[in-house]
Amino acid sequence: MSNLIYELRQASLKNGIILGLFALVSTGLIAAVYLITKDKIAQEVEASVARRLNEIVLKTEYDNDVYHDCKFVTNQDLLGSKEPQKVYRMRNKNRDYAIILSTVAPDGYAGKIKLIVGIYRDGSLAGVRVTEHKETPGLGDKIDREKSEWIEQFNKRSLKNSPAAMWKVKKDGGDFDALTGATITPRAIINAVYKALGYYQHHTDVLFNQDNPCQ
Amino acid sequence: MKNEQTQIIKQGIWSNNPALVQLLGLCPLLAVTGTLINGLVLGLATTFVLVGSNVTVSVLRHHIPQEIRIPVFVMLIASFVTNVQLLMNAFAYELYLILGIFIPLIVTNCVIIGRAEVFASRHSPLRSLIDGVSQGIGFTIVLVILGGAREIIGQGTILDGAHLLLGEWAKNLKVSFYLTEQKFLFAILPPGAFIGLGLLVALKNRLTSKN
Repeated sequence: MSNLIYELRQASLKNGIILGLFALVSTGLIAAVYLITKDKIAQEVEASVARRLNEIVLKTEYDNDVYHDCKFVTNQDLLGSKEPQKVYRMRNKNRDYAIILSTVAPDGYAGKIKLIVGIYRDGSLAGVRVTEHKETPGLGDKIDREKSEWIEQFNKRSLKNSPAAMWKVKKDGGDFDALTGATITPRAIINAVYKALGYYQHHTDVLFNQDNPCQ
Repeated sequence: MKNEQTQIIKQGIWSNNPALVQLLGLCPLLAVTGTLINGLVLGLATTFVLVGSNVTVSVLRHHIPQEIRIPVFVMLIASFVTNVQLLMNAFAYELYLILGIFIPLIVTNCVIIGRAEVFASRHSPLRSLIDGVSQGIGFTIVLVILGGAREIIGQGTILDGAHLLLGEWAKNLKVSFYLTEQKFLFAILPPGAFIGLGLLVALKNRLTSKN
């Protein structure tokens, strides 16, 4: 009897060790791949954000070197993240023209949705683009400009022409079209854009000022 | 030997098709097949992971104790999928933007663990490779048919979004049969997927019983 227990113990010990080794190797591999790809991924994301700037505000509308005119701002309540968010500034003949503010909708259906929000100097929206998300393919992913025009609804809106009650999907009594089969995703984005506009309203001068760490 | 390989291929695509006979991998299958292109893309991604995991499991099959094989398979597959996702994100960013959201769905796909357990853990790497490819193709065909049917019925188009996979020129591939303001929701939402798959299974059974 004690022999049997001994054997069982030996077998589970051996299996435990093998399982542990597999876990170690697979997590080790992931960690290694993560470390190798981390910087490259950050570069790619950055490059794709930069490409999208001119989708929101046309290249002909401003004349400064936008990629080297930016700053970082942090506001967890209004910009959805503890991390500093990047702001690009666009100017025309040295007059402030527009900003592209990065923000996060923390409450998407499948985690965070990262956005860039273009705001003209007068506080109206130039446009919004999603830069990173994990929403359901076929339903929530219609927020991608490549997949549908849903995100264009934000163009030209501002806190002045759209009072607080309008910043909801129609189903909730607001002014925005929803997406078929996805309710949480549009809510999260509308909310994040609304808050980003609120942030802009209170920090316009800080956002446009000459302080520039990107030179 | 040749005969045996043909057998494996035939099983994957028809007589033991993962979606129509084994009824595995339904979660991503039903969620994603709103359009033909979505189905095709998920099919290709699944095939890729399936081949990788089948070969890995087959190579390691003599080193994995019987009692703990399932947790080991789960770890191998999860790490394989995560690595593929990271590598694609870094080195094939354009492709990642299209495929990226599909990749986490693959972890939940029972076809992969099913083949690891039923096939790859008992056969040579070469056979497991053939099995992975043919099961993957069988799965992809069903995804494409179901996605195409739902797309035609639900939004009256076919090949919508082809440019995301093939580039700008493919925008012209999209064919609109009828334009509606109101989409036929029933086909687009999950119930349409369930019923569509049910009809495909019925059709397959009908064809098989005739022989």
